[in-house]
Amino acid sequence: MNALRNIVDKLKPHFEEGGKFEKLHSVFDGFETFLFVPNTTSKSGSHIHDAVDSKRTMIIVVLALVPALLFGMFNVGYQHYLAIGQQAGFWETFFYGLLAVLPTIIVSYVVGLGIEFVIAQIKGHEIQEGFLVSGILIPMIVPVDTPLWMVAVATAFAVIFAKEVFGGTGMNIFNVALVTRAFLFFAYPTFMSGDKVWVRTGTTFGLGNGSVVDAFAGATPLGQVATATTPHVQITGILGQHFGFMDGFLGLIPGSVGETSALAILIGAAIILITGVASWKTMFSVFAGGAILALVFNLWGPDTASAHFPWYDHLVYGGFAFGAVFMATDPVTSARTETGKYIYGFLIGAMAIIIRVLNPGYPEGMMLAILLMNIFAPLIDYYVVDANIKRRMKRAIKK
Amino acid sequence: MSKLISDKTKQVFLGPLSKNNPITVQVLGICSALAVTAKLMPALVMGISVTIIVAFSNVIISLLRNTIPNRIRIIVQLVVVAALVTIVSEILKAFAYDVSVQLSVYIGLIITNCILMGRLEAFAMGNKPWESFIDGLGNGFGYAWILVVVAFFRELLGSGSILGFKIIPKSFYDAGYSNNGLMILPPMALILVACIIWVHRSRNKELQEK
Repeated sequence: MNALRNIVDKLKPHFEEGGKFEKLHSVFDGFETFLFVPNTTSKSGSHIHDAVDSKRTMIIVVLALVPALLFGMFNVGYQHYLAIGQQAGFWETFFYGLLAVLPTIIVSYVVGLGIEFVIAQIKGHEIQEGFLVSGILIPMIVPVDTPLWMVAVATAFAVIFAKEVFGGTGMNIFNVALVTRAFLFFAYPTFMSGDKVWVRTGTTFGLGNGSVVDAFAGATPLGQVATATTPHVQITGILGQHFGFMDGFLGLIPGSVGETSALAILIGAAIILITGVASWKTMFSVFAGGAILALVFNLWGPDTASAHFPWYDHLVYGGFAFGAVFMATDPVTSARTETGKYIYGFLIGAMAIIIRVLNPGYPEGMMLAILLMNIFAPLIDYYVVDANIKRRMKRAIKK
Repeated sequence: MSKLISDKTKQVFLGPLSKNNPITVQVLGICSALAVTAKLMPALVMGISVTIIVAFSNVIISLLRNTIPNRIRIIVQLVVVAALVTIVSEILKAFAYDVSVQLSVYIGLIITNCILMGRLEAFAMGNKPWESFIDGLGNGFGYAWILVVVAFFRELLGSGSILGFKIIPKSFYDAGYSNNGLMILPPMALILVACIIWVHRSRNKELQEK
């Protein structure tokens, strides 16, 4: 550690004012604070300092995402070998998935961080760390076969138009990763939905050669529910095997890379809840909202397959759990008042189920539900604060 | 009159093209800018139609300005605009039927275009016919060029063509390129207009709000 500190200290003068690389000060600063906790504190005004700065917060979220990411990689390989009808060992399966997902991760980080660095130089800001989490979220919420240039275009769009124009990290109204996905979803619908994109059937860097078996059908469980013609439908895997609650919970099912396993997501949820990074109120009320509304549809809904889809399955299939744990709890775009978090979360869950059940065009409603509630978060906060003021005013006047 | 076009008239014409643009600075006529710019052809026709209607309604109102009773002036303006819109609409139906089908209700809705009422109220009611005519042309062109720029990018990126001709070669599609479906949807027009405003304000610092 000391050797690294010495190198950094030696390089530092070049990047200070008057140094050789003065213009690249923000880049240097970004790396320095990435490696070491800064020893400077604010000098004016009153501040409450937390031991955890925003870089550590972000890193904890990234760590919490790792179980879902690793499982997602394994699942990509698993679905592939299932589709071509071959047996493969654990490591072979995992490496196939790793090689399939890695390029997307690299593209998302290079494009996103590249834009952040350039904008920080132009504006003379320090580099902000908000993209650390977005960069890992993006590859996890897209289908594995999304072309890399599309990921690049969508990431650039989201970073510029959903974040930088609003003032950068911490100022964005919308969740950046979800804007990326929404852009892909509306701009290139054939690459983001349907039954061709969820399972990679081709080879990856020469691995996994083989032809697809005849029984293959690549629709996601929710896709099957949305396109079902009969009011009751048995969801199946890509080879026709029947799926139940446990399959959705464990996650060896077709879907976006990181969203399939509710178990891996719950491990991540435990990490961010124990460290206090995410609010349990938001997370809990998303699940509550989704469960209650899905139950309502189960009992009194229309006679369609999506309304009959059991409420507990709604929570483990598709992106519901992933969105509830990692997207809805985003501290920047969610409601900030404590009561507001309950309302915000509940409405996300409820809205996601409404979109799933009542709009057959969108098998998955989580993305749109969260983006919609992002807009309403400030309004919810406003009325919560307002109601609090009114209540206390009443009490004060009475006495 | 020594010169046909005095400096003031020139300013009346050039202002709306940039510093006082109806869309990017006054933020008027946004609805039609979103609705008709998915393809370049309808945007061109819309731009020309609005230019003609603004210019001539400006002239007519300017000629009548001293005789219109103040209390019913909005109704008089509406009658004039409605008459011109009907004429343009009928001409389009007769000579450019395909485009008029694409534009559908938006030609009729020029009546409610804020730019028109804005110019009639703010300019034609207080200026001579010639200046009013120039003002109408300036504002019409100011509106039209934004529409054309937005439509150019939306058609190029959304459909891969310009004025219906395929611009992006087939080899691109074979290599994995795909048209951007979001460009066809109205929200992208809003973002493109925002980009134009962004560039425009960073070039004209005096337009930036504090």
